[in-house]
Amino acid sequence: MMLATVALAKRELIKFWREKARVAGFAAAPLLFWFVVSAGFNDFARFYGGSIALALMFSAVFSNMTLIDDRKEGFLAGVMVSPAPRSAIVLGKVGGAAMLAWLQSLVFLFFLPLTGLVPGFFGVLGCLVVLALISLLFTLVGFLCAWKMPSTQAFHGVVNMLLLPMWMLSGSLFRFSEAHPWMQIAMRLNPMTYAISLLNTCLGIEAPFATGLSLAVLLGWTIALFGIAMVWVEKSTHAAA
Amino acid sequence: MILAVESVTHRYGPLVALDDFTMHLNRREIVGLLGPNGSGKSTLLRLLSTMVKAQTGRVEVCGFDAAKHAQAVRSRIGVVFQTATLDKLLTIEENLLACGCFYGLSGRTLQERVKSAMQQLGIYDRRDELGKALSGGLQRRSEIARALLHEPQLLILDEPTTGLDPVAREDFWKAIEGLREKKSTAIVVSTHLFEEAERCDSLILLDKGLRVAEGTPGELKAMIGGQVIELKARDAEAALETLKQQFEVQMRIVEGVIWVEANEAHRLIPRLVDALPGEVLSIGLHEPTLGDVFRKVTGKTAVAVSA
Repeated sequence: MMLATVALAKRELIKFWREKARVAGFAAAPLLFWFVVSAGFNDFARFYGGSIALALMFSAVFSNMTLIDDRKEGFLAGVMVSPAPRSAIVLGKVGGAAMLAWLQSLVFLFFLPLTGLVPGFFGVLGCLVVLALISLLFTLVGFLCAWKMPSTQAFHGVVNMLLLPMWMLSGSLFRFSEAHPWMQIAMRLNPMTYAISLLNTCLGIEAPFATGLSLAVLLGWTIALFGIAMVWVEKSTHAAA
Repeated sequence: MILAVESVTHRYGPLVALDDFTMHLNRREIVGLLGPNGSGKSTLLRLLSTMVKAQTGRVEVCGFDAAKHAQAVRSRIGVVFQTATLDKLLTIEENLLACGCFYGLSGRTLQERVKSAMQQLGIYDRRDELGKALSGGLQRRSEIARALLHEPQLLILDEPTTGLDPVAREDFWKAIEGLREKKSTAIVVSTHLFEEAERCDSLILLDKGLRVAEGTPGELKAMIGGQVIELKARDAEAALETLKQQFEVQMRIVEGVIWVEANEAHRLIPRLVDALPGEVLSIGLHEPTLGDVFRKVTGKTAVAVSA
């Protein structure tokens, strides 16, 4: 199982490296957003965590668009008729894509000195762990969308409809404590809120939720989505069509 | 026995794709599947490849039930799809190395198998070329190399030469026949080309989910009594009626052409023309081909590219 997982993950990294346009693509827009908005508010710390999360969730979700190509171009059919366990297929695709998204999000950490935040060594280490968790969660979201979508166009549409509201309701734009009670309910249901809360804790910014709760919610969502992905892949016949 | 398909019926809603289908295959045997669109051959290949489970009946590969032991079956079959499965952004060698891992190969064994498969298919010198830069022939050979890495006992080929020029097609078949000789691999191949079907040890003709004929290419051609005369007339229906009253030989209309099976057909031709004064547009005869057999059993002149 490990062999197939590593082979699939390695393939994601090689492909990504050979399509260098993708490397710059995802981090550039959120970086620009962060610069402009932070300069506008003259506060480089406030939107820092949210901007990293924005970059991460988009690159994580869109890394899985290759799954649609894999299905269309027949690569997936080749994998599905092999004895590789279905869990290895999910882990390999998701693991590779999550690592790519995580690496791209690290670009932001180079700009940490500009924010005036001083999270310290363990704070930065915590950030790295939280970013890895967020990339895993959103890679799974992307995997599930890509598994069901007939085309990359449909994938774009659905994913945009899902991601932007999730990000806007995550506490990245406005603080949880200042939101309308109804908005707070929606924010509590959003796993991204807990991700931002965790990220802010690591960065030394005031966070609305306790670390333990946020970690539990993030891990719970990740495990649940992984379970759904396993069931879908196990039941799937269309992928090999 | 490598493959046993026993009384398999498979439906898509009300449509019967395979109807009580049975076939067996031994080591070193190449069996060809010929059939038009919707004949059920793609469904059959999907069942053999463990992509779908048989709704009724049983598919066994090397003694393993495909529905219950899909993993065991998958490690014993190699599948070459009609469409390419190579990753276009990886080189041939990278593709094969990744694929070997899916079959549990690693380390020195993997390296050796990949090298040996590439040498066997004559692609070793091209191993560093990216999938997207490969010609159709090279791509097909890479696909076969990929399917052979784990030394499967059964090779399943779905229209494998689609899009290949005659030279590449010939190379492909030489590789397949070499494989049968060296490794005793059993091979199931679906094709729409009659000249390819001639190279199989035995053939199964499928139509509407039913097995309509089977046998060696020679046996199938012997189903045609003697030679075949093809006659085009101004009014095919009326001409057939006239001929049926005067001659006691097998004849029918297939897509507007009167089709006559007869021994010593060259003697019959002038008599047929005489019987239809001013009606005959053209007439010719040939030795029976698999195309004729196909026409006889299905009433169709051509096998569609995919089914």
